[in-house]
Amino acid sequence: MNATWSRFNVISIVLGFAFLYLPIVLLVVFSFNESKLVTVWGGFSTKWYVSLFHNRGLMDATWVTARVGVISATVATVLGTLAALTLTRYTRFRGRLLFSGMVFAPLVMPEVITGLSLLLLFVAVGLDRGFLTVTLAHTTLTMCFVAVVVQSRLITFDRSLEEAAMDLGAPPVRTFFQITLPVIMPAIVSGWMLAFTLSLDDLVIASFTSGPGATTLPMKIYSQVRLGVTPEINAACTILIAVVAVGVIIASLVNKSREVQRQRDEQAAQRG
Amino acid sequence: MSAVTAATSSPANAAGKSAPARLSAAFVSRLVIIVPYLWLLFFFLVPFIIVFKISLSQTAIAMPPYTPVLDFRGGIPGFISGLGALNFDNYTWLTQDALYFNAYVTSVVVAAISTVLTLLVGYPIAYGMARAPATIRPTLLMLVILPFWTSFLIRVYAWIGILKPEGLLNQLLLASGIISQPLIILNTYTAIFIGIVYSYLPFMVLPLYSSLEKMDHTLIEAAKDLGCPPTSAFWKITFPLSLPGVIAGCLLVFIPAVGEFVIPDLLGGSQTLMIGRTLWNEFFANRDWPVSSAVAVILLLLLIVPIMIFQRAQARAQEQDQ
Repeated sequence: MNATWSRFNVISIVLGFAFLYLPIVLLVVFSFNESKLVTVWGGFSTKWYVSLFHNRGLMDATWVTARVGVISATVATVLGTLAALTLTRYTRFRGRLLFSGMVFAPLVMPEVITGLSLLLLFVAVGLDRGFLTVTLAHTTLTMCFVAVVVQSRLITFDRSLEEAAMDLGAPPVRTFFQITLPVIMPAIVSGWMLAFTLSLDDLVIASFTSGPGATTLPMKIYSQVRLGVTPEINAACTILIAVVAVGVIIASLVNKSREVQRQRDEQAAQRG
Repeated sequence: MSAVTAATSSPANAAGKSAPARLSAAFVSRLVIIVPYLWLLFFFLVPFIIVFKISLSQTAIAMPPYTPVLDFRGGIPGFISGLGALNFDNYTWLTQDALYFNAYVTSVVVAAISTVLTLLVGYPIAYGMARAPATIRPTLLMLVILPFWTSFLIRVYAWIGILKPEGLLNQLLLASGIISQPLIILNTYTAIFIGIVYSYLPFMVLPLYSSLEKMDHTLIEAAKDLGCPPTSAFWKITFPLSLPGVIAGCLLVFIPAVGEFVIPDLLGGSQTLMIGRTLWNEFFANRDWPVSSAVAVILLLLLIVPIMIFQRAQARAQEQDQ
């Protein structure tokens, strides 16, 4: 590898990451701005965070969003894991092509189409728009992402572990819960987190499927952004970013300690 | 319970399993398939049929604001007579009003240009990551994925403060003397391009990286030894080998970008025209459900080919992994 080539590589990585992170950093920095003008620095202040906690509408929306996120992510994780098992384990059944199409299409489907079609479904079956409908809509969208994440883990899964358990007489369901599930658990956990963040994040589908009393945080932020950029919104965004960042850091630490533990176990097994 | 005891009492492979155990296994596997299948049928496929149905109905001042068509309540004869009442006015309306046609064309063009730009920005990053020392690659990968975990809306919002006339970019450029007049970027197509490239960059970098990382680097060295200049080695070896990543990345950016709503709405302003926003306004501002359904049907028809290519590419990649 010659020197200029690798310098080009380093520069493109640095510029790329600067492009990815600079806007987020600026957003966080200006949430601590004293001035009401978002882009002119007027000194350090945390007053926007204080006013944020007195904003009743925003706090209510946060609570709705958190509940929708937890419930839809949990249901989506169960359904998505089943879908992933179907995709990897049952290669031959009638309608498999349709099934894989229905799993992959929502990943790229424009949100306006998904949102509109789900809303029309809820109206057709006479379901009032509100908390339940947003949760159902988010479950449908996010289960496909969970399916993809879990599926990629299942593909590399060593089936001989399962076969060994079954040869020793464990029935399939017990084999799944005692052997398969613990091995694919990290993928299921990251699938849940992905589903939760997607639900936390979604504006378009929530706007279509939600009704009075179930305004989610992105809907609230969006309606305020349309009125103009305010430091209070910056503060709200910063808190959201912090929550997600803490979650991701904890998840990666847990993963790392599990990895270390696994290596220790393996060494112990080799010595023993 | 009998299935469990039967299975434990005969520790054997599938051939030796007792009938109840086989039955329960069959039942469980049936259940594993059926539950997600029915969910997706009901919440993903059926809604599209309803959208199609409503796109053929008439607008009405009621709640829901459309006249019912293809109603099964009248039995088969009622259904057949209902076929005569179908109206394609919403589709005729879409072809007559140049606004919709322009919105479709503009959306496809904007999405295509943004996809090429994202590829141009993403390729060097993915290439640099694939060539980085193996020890720091997981960290780089993590850094690419991390912005994806922060809200899409927030990341688009962050650009408003940067791009607006008195925003940070203009302040920087004016202070450094590069420009004397603030650049008008916000509320133009340029802002939409920036927004799409920025928001969708991880979707491009990840598939590119995974195909570039798998590449056998000795091929490049062999080409170099044989006197092939680096640029032509890139076009003859690296690029063709990364083609699956290029295709996956481009589809992951292009398809959602065509129907994108948040970016054109927040960064594009009222001067720009894109179909996702047209659909949104038709639905929320004009409350015209049949027309917005027709807009969605046409948008879906536009995207059905790229979506099928995407699905086949996914299925092929999965088979290769297995």
